[in-house]
This record gives sequence, C-alpha cells and structure tokens, in this order.
Amino acid sequence: MTRSVRRLAAVILVLLLALLANLTYLQFFAAADIRAKPGNTRTVLEEYNRERGPILLGSVPIASSVPTDDTLRYLRQYSRGPLYAPATGFYSIVYGATGIERTENSVLSGGDDRFIVDRMQQLFAGRGIKGGAVRLTLDPAAQEAAYRGLAGRTGAVVALDPRTGAILALASSPSFDPNKLSSHDPAAVRKAYAAYEADESQPMLNRPLVMTLPPGSTFKLVTAAAALESGDYTPSTVVPGPASLDLPNTSKDLKNWSGTACGPGGQTTLEDALAISCNTAFASIGLALGDDALRAQAEKFGFGTSFEVPLRAAASRFPEDPDLPQTAMSAIGQFDVSATALQMAMVSAAIANNGQVMEPSLVAQVLSPELEVLETAEPTAFGQAMSPANAAALLGMMVTVVQQGTGSNGAIPGVVVGGKTGTAQSAPGQPPHAWYVSVAPAGIPGQAEVAVAVVLQNGGGAAEVSGNKLAAPIARAVMEAVLR
Amino acid sequence: MSTAATSAAPRYRQPTRRWTELGLLVTAYAVGVAAYIQVDLAVLGSVAEDTVPVLAVLAGLVLVLHGAVRLLARWADPVLVPAVLALNMLGLTMIHRLDLADARRAAQAGEPIPSPDVYTQLTWTTLGVVLFVAVLVVVRDHRVLQRYTYTFMLAGLVLLLLPLVPGIGATINGATLWIRIGALSFQPGELAKILLTIFFAGYLTVTRDSLAFVRTKILGVELPRGRDLGPLFVAWFVSLAVLVFERDLGTSLLFFGLFVTLLYIATQRRSWLVLGAVLFLSGAVFAWLAFGHVRLRVEIWLDPFADEASAGYQIVQSLYGLASGGMFGSGLGQGWPQLVPYAKSDFIISAFGEELGLIGLMAMLVLYAIVVERGLRTAVACRDVFGSLLAAGLSIVLALQVFIVVGGVTRLIPLTGLTTPFLSQGGSSLIANWIAIALLMRISDTARQPDDAVALEDAPTQVVRL
Repeated sequence: MTRSVRRLAAVILVLLLALLANLTYLQFFAAADIRAKPGNTRTVLEEYNRERGPILLGSVPIASSVPTDDTLRYLRQYSRGPLYAPATGFYSIVYGATGIERTENSVLSGGDDRFIVDRMQQLFAGRGIKGGAVRLTLDPAAQEAAYRGLAGRTGAVVALDPRTGAILALASSPSFDPNKLSSHDPAAVRKAYAAYEADESQPMLNRPLVMTLPPGSTFKLVTAAAALESGDYTPSTVVPGPASLDLPNTSKDLKNWSGTACGPGGQTTLEDALAISCNTAFASIGLALGDDALRAQAEKFGFGTSFEVPLRAAASRFPEDPDLPQTAMSAIGQFDVSATALQMAMVSAAIANNGQVMEPSLVAQVLSPELEVLETAEPTAFGQAMSPANAAALLGMMVTVVQQGTGSNGAIPGVVVGGKTGTAQSAPGQPPHAWYVSVAPAGIPGQAEVAVAVVLQNGGGAAEVSGNKLAAPIARAVMEAVLR
Repeated sequence: MSTAATSAAPRYRQPTRRWTELGLLVTAYAVGVAAYIQVDLAVLGSVAEDTVPVLAVLAGLVLVLHGAVRLLARWADPVLVPAVLALNMLGLTMIHRLDLADARRAAQAGEPIPSPDVYTQLTWTTLGVVLFVAVLVVVRDHRVLQRYTYTFMLAGLVLLLLPLVPGIGATINGATLWIRIGALSFQPGELAKILLTIFFAGYLTVTRDSLAFVRTKILGVELPRGRDLGPLFVAWFVSLAVLVFERDLGTSLLFFGLFVTLLYIATQRRSWLVLGAVLFLSGAVFAWLAFGHVRLRVEIWLDPFADEASAGYQIVQSLYGLASGGMFGSGLGQGWPQLVPYAKSDFIISAFGEELGLIGLMAMLVLYAIVVERGLRTAVACRDVFGSLLAAGLSIVLALQVFIVVGGVTRLIPLTGLTTPFLSQGGSSLIANWIAIALLMRISDTARQPDDAVALEDAPTQVVRL
C-alpha cells in the first residue's frame, strides 16, 4: 500500500503545483490586465483608499485629500474650487478625472515609477500608500486678479512668464466647483454634473485653453511681425491707411472703425497703424505679404499646434487657403482666424522674449509623498518666431499702443507696458469679442515678467464692447498682481 | 530529546515530540495573534475591545489541545495540530476583518451594526476542539471504528441525504445542503464526509483482496468481476444523486474522487482509476447535458467576463480581488475583500489572496500540504490496513476539498460551492475537520508508538510479540 500512497502523494503535489501556478499567473503575470478591466470598481476604490497627493501653489494646497468615515477613505477637496477649476479639474467617482487631476494622476495617486522607493518604505512601515504632490506655476495673486476681473462675464484670462512659458494665471468664467463633482455621493455628483452640462454659459468649458475665437486686432501683432520679418518693413515704414480699402475681386470695401483715414493723405507708418489699430493698413500689408507669409508667421508663434500644458489646449488656426479678400480679413484677425487666449498670450510673450516662443507649462515641480522635490520643470523653447531685433521693434510698437494709442487702459504708473487691443466681430447680430494682450515691464527686451491675454466672449455681456474698455483693465490688474 | 527515555526501558525509544508540538503551537498562536491585531490596527487604528477576550479564549484552546494530546495521544504527529491551529486562527482573523468591514458599512448606511460573525466562529472552534478531545477520549484505538463500518455507512448516507427531507432541508443559493431545525442550520454533508471515509476504509479493508485479485477478461482487458463493481456504481449513483437533487457539484465530486482514490490505494490496481475516470467523465457529460446549472457553471468558467454583472459576478469579483492583491497583497485590513460575495465562506481564499498576496496564499496552501503530507505519512506508517486506509482517506478528503475550492475561486476548475477547511465561516465544516484531525492524531499515535509501549500499556506483566 505504501507504493500507491506515495503515488497519490505525487498526484496531490501536482494538484498543489497546478494551484500555485494558476495563482502565480493570476496574481503576478495577469494581475495588471485584470486590474485594468473596466468593470473593476476596486481600482477606483483603491485609488480613493490612498491618500492622494495635493496640488500645491507654493506650499499652499489648492486640492487635497482629507480622511473620511465612509467607504471611500479620502475625499478630494478644493480650497478655492471655482477659482482654480480650469487648472485642477475634478476627481469624480462617476466621471473620472480632468485637468491636472487627470494628467498628473500617476504622481498624485502614488502609482508613478519614481515613487517605487517610497512605496517600499510605506509598505514596510505598515502605512498606506500616499501619493506625490504637484506644484503648479500659477501665481495666486494673478489668478485671483484674473478671476475677479472676469466676475459676472463670460471669458478667459491667461498670464505667462515670457521667459519660461510658466502659466501664471489660467482663469475661466463662469467656472464650476470641482468639490461638487468630487463628492462621494454618486447621485449628488450626477445631479451637479447634469446641472453644469445644462447651463448655457458652459461653466465646465476650459475657456483659456480650448475656446478659440477670432482674435481680431490682436492678430495685427502677428501681421506686424510678418511684415518686420519680411525685411521690407520697419516701424517707420509708410503704409497705406485709407478710410476704406477696396477688397480685390469683390465689390466690397473694408472700412476703418472710425470711418476715416488712418493718417494724412490716407497714409501712415506701421507703428502708428498698430497704435490706432488701422484696419485698412494691416489688410493691405496682409495682401502685400500674402497668406503664406502670414500663416508661416502665425505657426512660428504656435498656431496650428495643440500644446499640452500638460492639459491639452486647442490648436489656434490660420485659414488654409484664403483668397485675396479672405487674406485681407485674416490679416486683421477676422474671417477664419481663431485663437485661444493661451495662444495670444504666447504671441505677446514671444515678442517680449526676444522673439523666442516658450512652451507653455502649468507644472512647476513634482514632489515625493514626503514633499521632497523629485523633478523641476525646465523651460523649453518652442521656437524662434522672429529675430530679437524685430521683436524689440515690435515690443516698442506695443508700448506705443498703450502710451499713445488704443490700449491706454492697460497702462500702469511707473511701469512700461506694451499692449494691443482687439474687438473682434463674431456672428451677425452678436456683440463682438473683446480682447487685450499685453506685456510688462516692456522697457527692455527680454526683461518682461508677465504677458497676459484677456478675452471676453461676445463682450462678456456688456452693452458697449471694446477691448480697451472691457478687457484692458483686467489685463492691467493681472500684470499689477504679478509685478507687485 | 531524552525526556521519553527516562523510564526504565533500556532500549532506544522514539521521542514523543510533544515539546516540538508545543513550540509549533506557540508559534502558530503568535502568528494568529499578530494577524488579528494587525487587522485591528489597520482598520480601526487601535486594538478592538473584544480582541483580547477572543485571543484569550484561543490561548485557552491551545492549552487544552496541547494537554489533551499529551494525555491522550502522546506519540501522535507533532505538526498536524499546530498547522491546523494556524489555519483556524487565520480564518477567524479574516472573518473578524470582514466583520469590521460589515460594521463600517452598516454604520454608514445608518443600519444597526450586525453582531460579529467571529463570535459564532469562535464558538464553533471551541466546539471543534471539544470534539477533538472527545474523539481522543472515546476512540482509544482507531481499530474499534472498523466494527461499525456499516453503521457509519448508514449514518453517512442519512446525513448526506438529510437536506432532501421536506421540512428540515433548506436551499441556500441554489444548493440544498443545509438542514434547518429552528434557528440552527447545519450542513450534514460535512460530517457525512468523515463517516463515509470511515465506511470506505472499513469496507475496503475487508474486500480489497477480492477487488484486487479476482478479475475477468473482457475483450482482452482485465477487469474486476461484475459483482465487485457494485460498490463503485453505488458510490457513483450516490454522487450523482447529490448532484441532481442537492445541486451540489463540489460534494458530489469530493465523494466520488475519495472513493475511487481509496479503491486504488486499497487494491493497487490502476484499472479502478481508469474505470473511475470513465464513470466520472460519463457523469460529467450527463450532468452537462441534463442540467442547466452545470452548463452555466462551465460557461462561466470558460468566460467569466462575458456576463460579469450577473452570472459571472462572484468569480469575477474573486479574480479582481486576487489580482489587486498581487505579489505581496494589500496587507491585512487594507484591501477590499468585502467586495467579493461570500468572502467569509466560499470565497475566503480570495480575501486572503487580496490582503496577503500570492506569497501569503502560497504559505497557506503549503500549510494544507503539510497537513495532507503528515496524514499520508501516517497512512504509510500505520501498521494496520484499516488505519492506513482511514488516514489516507481523511488526507485525500482534505486535499481534494482544498483543491476543488481553491481551484474554483481561482478559475482553475469550474466553481463549486465547498467550504475551505478550517478557514471558512461555518460550524459544520469546522467541527467535521477537527474530528478528522482527531482521528488522524489517533492513528498517528498508534502508528508512532514504540512496540514495547503498546505492550506495556496493554499487558504490563507480559510482553507478547507477534
């Protein structure tokens, strides 16, 4: 009988090995695939079971996880929800995550490979796994100024550090409260989400990054840059500026807002044309340069590129194949030209930064769960949009706009400010969009600390719309906040 | 160890290994205590009020176990009881852990906090230990059991089929496995398992020669005589009956596997295995063709994610748990084992897989393997055929049951409802398994006893060596 018992023992050993092999497959080799299956609520629960790392401005958390008594152990809270919503996004059990919560999830959730040592330590210390932190580039004062300026209106503000591309302000109005979408009560979350979705003012739209509108006269900066870069123009070059420009191949004329010529004898200089925002002058310059030159210049500033900041911004666009009248309209930022606030801020930032375009970025640093700095974002150049000399010339022209031209409301006492207004026509019967882009201090090329773009959609609801009147004060407040 | 040699016997005497056992018992207890407290610390942040009393009761049980073995089975295997104690305490730990999860959920939902299941399980554990001692007291020599071979058969069959009796049988989750008298519910199949193992051992002890040597040739193949085939068919039919009427795939598989394996051990004839396999396959095909629930089980097994929300829900949740546990597990009290249905009973293995990881599960399976190996070693060492067969049978039941249930919840084989020995919530299973261990200890005690010790105890005035 001994022999058969021994054989049986061998069979049982085989059964044991089969169990162990199967378990090894399940818990080791196939574990990641099984965990990633869509029906696995556990993955979500586990994420909520960990202390998700904070999103910081300086050392102040704008999003943090607080312990709860319910099944999901940590609740995500946003100290100034609507103010920072375009950057943070939300973290919802129903709708997933958006914004930095989504793009930096691996850091915040603690799953990032850079945390492997921390994870092991936490494991052995018997503590739960904690997430790392993300420090943003936003300047609290600038963000506050931008959001307050937009209060009650529909629009967006972006402020950049021209030297690094760091995003100092990213404001959208109206905004939403991520706290409502990050609650642990799925019914409440669904209700809040449905209410935001139904709201015609689109509070969840990330306007500064994804809303593209015709940039109107602010696009004249691009046209001016193309003109300077062509080598045929300097700021003092005399350009035609009639009261009305006959658009080629059409019976229509392009008129100046004022209905008058931009200078004596229908002539003006490039610098003066920008200062008074002369439509006929820039339309004719556009026609002289051609659409290819304009498009090439626009693309050097970032048009056509979808930047990841790391939130994905919409690509701004210059029309593919405009005919002559369309080219003339495009040169003044109408027709099918459309741009995000981010893009227009990048244009003014590049002009102030010796013509160099920096990649815009929202993340300053990645920190370990113990808040040690693991990675500091390095400024990255996107490209050279124009020569430093031409950039300096254009910067000077922008200063003239504020000091002697249409952009007077952007002026700050004691600071040299460069700016450009825009009042872009929208759909027929709708109020135009009010734009203002600016840089400060603009006295010395390459020294500007802040570039701002403000856009108010359809005038943001105001009765009389102009960029200088509505948008410039907001830009000014943001610049003051950064410079203070 | 020389303690055993202090008596007058001049010859070498095999050590009793009782101190080894005590050391192992203390180790097992310490592991259990550490696990239990870790659960409290992870879930509550401090040691729960009722933890100390629970652990104190268990400490008492450890002393009772050790004392009883010292007095009643001093030569018995020193590893069996500690291994089983470790498993039992881990089971209590996981049930406690899931109690805490239940309490938390109830508190959030504003419902009354359910009374902890760990108390019930601890009561059953105590009863299991009491029965363990009782078996050692009553059964002073396992050979006595052989006299009641057919009584055990009858009792076993009655217990097995008891749930079918109208009025006391209860169907839970589609399987008619329980009997319910008043508030008490009991799964008689668990006890029947032991009784029928005794019966098989007794029956095969008597008939093994004719089963092994009397053969007829059919179509050139040596086969057992027709009338010797009778019992095999009876076992097969009873298994099928369990499957058909009680809808219990696991128990059905267990009984048939046990009988065929014992038949093979008793006769050393592989033809029984072949016959058994043929019968098993035909039974399986028949069940697959005839019963929707069997077909459904197989379909779920083949593709559990196809109907993840309903039919495949249990197994899929189990797989999610195991996968999220990964190599090292989340740590006790830090996973989500409560998401798996029946985590305290049928799916307790996936709860362990989640919180203790692959490493932890491997260790637990090795504990089972040790118990089975010790049982089979006892079977080999035992000097009488009945004892050998009984020890082998009890080991096989344990091994098969662990394989069927663990294989089921890990999708190695189709899922069947069986308890995990010593771990799962459920009194019937727990006390039946403690009785089985007591029987193994008794056989092992006899097997490892030195010849002169037997003689001295039985007849102090005269040594008769046969």
